[in-house]
Amino acid sequence: MRRTWGLYLFPIPALALYLAFFVLPAAQGLQYATTDWDGFSPGFNRVGADNLVRIATDDDQFANALGNNLTFLLAVVSGQTVLALGLAVLLAARSRGSTALRALFFLPTVLSSISVAFVWRFVYDPNLGLLHSLGVPGTFLGDEDTAILWVAVAQVWFHAGQMMVIFIAGINQIPAELHEAAHVDGAGRWQRFRFVTWPMLAPATALVVAYTTIQSFKAFDLILGLAGNPPRSSLDILSTRIYTTFANSQLGYAAAESVVFMVAIGVVTWLQGRAARIGAGR
Amino acid sequence: MRRPLLALYALLITVPLLVVLFGSFKTTPDLFASPFGPPLSPTLANYREILGDAGLLRVFGNSVLVVLVSVPATLLLASLVGYAVARLPRWPSRVLFAVFAAGLAVPAQAMMIPQYVQFDRLGLRDSLAGLMLINVVVTLPVAVFILSGFMRTLPRELFEAAALDGAGSWAAYRRVAVPLSLPSLAATAIFLLVMHWNDLLYPLLFIDDPARRTLPLALLDFSGEYLTDYPLLFTGVVVASVPMVLLYAFLQRWFVAGITAGAVKG
Repeated sequence: MRRTWGLYLFPIPALALYLAFFVLPAAQGLQYATTDWDGFSPGFNRVGADNLVRIATDDDQFANALGNNLTFLLAVVSGQTVLALGLAVLLAARSRGSTALRALFFLPTVLSSISVAFVWRFVYDPNLGLLHSLGVPGTFLGDEDTAILWVAVAQVWFHAGQMMVIFIAGINQIPAELHEAAHVDGAGRWQRFRFVTWPMLAPATALVVAYTTIQSFKAFDLILGLAGNPPRSSLDILSTRIYTTFANSQLGYAAAESVVFMVAIGVVTWLQGRAARIGAGR
Repeated sequence: MRRPLLALYALLITVPLLVVLFGSFKTTPDLFASPFGPPLSPTLANYREILGDAGLLRVFGNSVLVVLVSVPATLLLASLVGYAVARLPRWPSRVLFAVFAAGLAVPAQAMMIPQYVQFDRLGLRDSLAGLMLINVVVTLPVAVFILSGFMRTLPRELFEAAALDGAGSWAAYRRVAVPLSLPSLAATAIFLLVMHWNDLLYPLLFIDDPARRTLPLALLDFSGEYLTDYPLLFTGVVVASVPMVLLYAFLQRWFVAGITAGAVKG
């Protein structure tokens, strides 16, 4: 019994730091969100839900960032999931070539997002860049309507290899007998994918979609690196908007935006969880 | 159908990276004369400028120092929690785990503002020590999640046997739990290494003094200073990426295990 009591000491250092610098600030964030504090003045006013009301009804920049964020989210999630699944199907069987290709496709994941941003800034440079020298017309990041989609391409390039690995793990867990049985029943390649591989990958797909969603909400460095700081409105997403508001000394308002940001991630993740469960027939 | 698609994607990954690597040895006119090819008259001028005048050598040292402290510290603290989660009675164990797991749902943007205020008041802002501390704090939830997941799979009998042999909790942690968890500790270490090495948000918030910048922050500053001096930017990218890419080449299995374990956190 004496030994069991000793166990309670083990988590104490981590708990102390976690409560002081993680839980406490998270709670304070909620509190700041109800003020008009600028971050350095000694005094501020309590404004209650005013910040939230303004965000919801009268903040074009926030609405614009939310819209961009949703476009970005849909583009990255659909593009990345399809690409990663395709690569995984092609590379699931282990051979010398496939092992090397897997390693190559995963490589961008270990780079910093700011490095990836510089690579793609050169790709997209309308006067000097790679696409330009390949003869592809367009201004890419300079095009108001499509700029955020070009960032989505860079984001997919960055993380598709990581999601591919999750799909490969999922594919390798499918019992070989299922494929054999389908083969015996006369199912072709596509039918075996459609009726065996794809349904069996539902958990992996849910995971990839959930993680990609969170990643695309967090795509902060990539935007700053590609677009500059602060980014122009066609590239502004929630994470960059919060940072810009904060940098403009509207700390209370930025905290309120953070609350909305957190709720947005929560809602999207919850919806996906529901969809995945319905999809799995539960 | 299979081979051409894979070859195409391999090109999409390789070409931009080679352009960056080659470009770092070119002058600006050379780069635009031939963006794709190897440098015909390679120059080290960009490296001299980046590491010398631009002071990236010092920045590199800061980054190394930060990860050398924050990765082991996070591992130690999180493995102590993981060990307690694995050995405590059912309810305390569940509560402890839930407290940390809840942190996984909180994005950095939701806390960064109060953390900024807090660190400023404590005089920990604009210091490498503060950066190390915040790194440890924000990655504790995911590290606890991965490590306790693993330690819970260790058979309880091992700890009971150690106790019969007279080992206290601390001895059992050191002689049983840690050695048996080495694979998951290594994977977590890699995950933390990549996270801390590449992080931009907290350095951007916390560091004012140019002498205390880390690599990602210095790169962001460059991009403002040398707007379209691509060879110089590329050199910065190479300097920041080479350590991770080399480690990846040697420890591939652990990188994949670590980064995907970080992803599989729900």
